[in-house]
Amino acid sequence: MIFKFIENLGDRALYNLNDLGRMGIFMLRSLSGIFKRPFRFRAVVRQIREIGANSFGVIFFTAIFTGMVLGLQGYYTLRKFGSEGMLGSAVSLSLLREMGPVLTALMVTGRAGSAMCAEIGIMRNSEQIDALECMAIDPFRYLITPKFIAILISVPLLTMIFNVVGIFGGYLAGVKMLGVNPGAFFSGMESSVVNKDISMGIIKSLVFAVLIVWICTGRGYFVDKIEGAGYGAEGVSRVTTQAVVLSSISILIWDYILTAMLL
Amino acid sequence: MSEAIIQLVDVVKDFGSQRILDHVNLEILPGRTTVIAGGSGQGKSVTLKLILGLLKPDSGTILVKGQDIAAMGRRELNEIRSIFGVLFQGSALLDSLNVFDNVALPLRERTRLNRDQTREQVVNTLLQLGLVGHDEKFPAQLSGGMKKRVGLARALQLQPEIMLFDEPTTGLDPEKTLEIYQLFFETQRKFKYTAVIVSHDIPKVFNLADQVVVLNGGKLVAFDRPEEIQLSEIPEIQSFVKATMGHLYHSSDME
Ligand SMILES: Nc1ncnc2c1ncn2[C@@H]1O[C@H](COP(=O)(O)OP(=O)(O)OP(=O)(O)O)[C@@H](O)[C@H]1O
Ligand SMILES: [Mg+2]
Repeated sequence: MIFKFIENLGDRALYNLNDLGRMGIFMLRSLSGIFKRPFRFRAVVRQIREIGANSFGVIFFTAIFTGMVLGLQGYYTLRKFGSEGMLGSAVSLSLLREMGPVLTALMVTGRAGSAMCAEIGIMRNSEQIDALECMAIDPFRYLITPKFIAILISVPLLTMIFNVVGIFGGYLAGVKMLGVNPGAFFSGMESSVVNKDISMGIIKSLVFAVLIVWICTGRGYFVDKIEGAGYGAEGVSRVTTQAVVLSSISILIWDYILTAMLL
Repeated sequence: MSEAIIQLVDVVKDFGSQRILDHVNLEILPGRTTVIAGGSGQGKSVTLKLILGLLKPDSGTILVKGQDIAAMGRRELNEIRSIFGVLFQGSALLDSLNVFDNVALPLRERTRLNRDQTREQVVNTLLQLGLVGHDEKFPAQLSGGMKKRVGLARALQLQPEIMLFDEPTTGLDPEKTLEIYQLFFETQRKFKYTAVIVSHDIPKVFNLADQVVVLNGGKLVAFDRPEEIQLSEIPEIQSFVKATMGHLYHSSDME
């Protein structure tokens, strides 16, 4: 009984260690693909369209409503202290530092990360990745690396779009609907936002981008090696769900770590 | 050292508690055609994957040109794999590429042919395989038999030294099956590749074979002459022969 328990514990530990090692090597091989020539320019552009451009709509709507909610909530909270004038700075700081990077990353995970994971998982299951290897075509350089590059470019850009649209949403709710002085809104923003807030947001978005693409493509790539995921279509769907959950949680954990480090 | 180009020495392969290959030995001579037969789930596809280094044996060694494929690093593996042309059982075409691009892929990635040369070679192959007019279609829009032919076209592009075919004619009608074997015959005569064919077309494929091996219950039985398979005393092989051929056959029947 007790031995069985220890044995199970050992098995799990070994499996997790193995998994971590696999994922580590996966990351290294994906990144090393960046430096291999010739550069797969067209594949990267296609992925930017897939991950970046096609996420624009989702990001836009999330951003505008997030900004409006921030404007609304901020207004009623600040009014209690008679400082509605601070609304611009409150909205922009929470967007730039937190909401922008985090929500963009979560939306990209849901929209592009899941698609990536399923695509790679299906390619693994239908032996397409084996076929690439047999043709002596490096599946990392061919498949994974373009996604890494594309997401590292797309996510920071989407985050910036999120920030701008979000601030506009805050402006709509605060100034246009609730009647905060527009001059105070923007001057408050200008005086309180410093470079560090912006760079913090960008650093976060880069880290989140790596987490998303690493976890989502990695889970798909190893779909046949993940314990208890099952096989075939079921395996791919389980692993995709797992990848989305795992990368969302990692984003939130790393958000805390980075905030603590950078603040 | 033996002159075999591919050699399986005492190979054991398990999946979980299931033993798929049980101390298997096999020698494949260069330029010859080996047919692997056997019932479903007997490990034919697994054997091909072991030869390609996609799976690793639990024990024993697999030598390709005298080198142990399971012990190779990535670079060596890539090098040795470029002498292989592979047709997977499920064709394994890339979903995101159309027929033309799938067939052109090895040329674009592995050779320095320019655009026109690539186009010419691909169009030629498509013509040979009766795929003209389908080059814009994506794999999801093809029938199983068409996928097989596209997979075959792709495998032939780099004029490999060793061709591995996993059930090249399953899902094709008898006429197309014959065409595929004809094409196989022609290309082999031209390029002199070593061929390993997994096939259930027992009488037809016997005509091509220099050696037939039957996988059964983890054991592999090799026959130097296709006719010998009928004389086997092993009951499983006897029933396999009865089920697939229905009658005794002599190589002269096929001439
Ligand atoms: N990745 C895998 N994980 C676990 N078991 C596997 C795996 N691949 C194959 N097997 C098992 O190995 C056995 C042999 O499979 P294989 O695909 O080689 O059969 P086959 O002889 O090619 O059959 P068929 O003629 O149906 O293609 C089967 O029992 C299969 O369940
Ligand atoms: Mg098979």
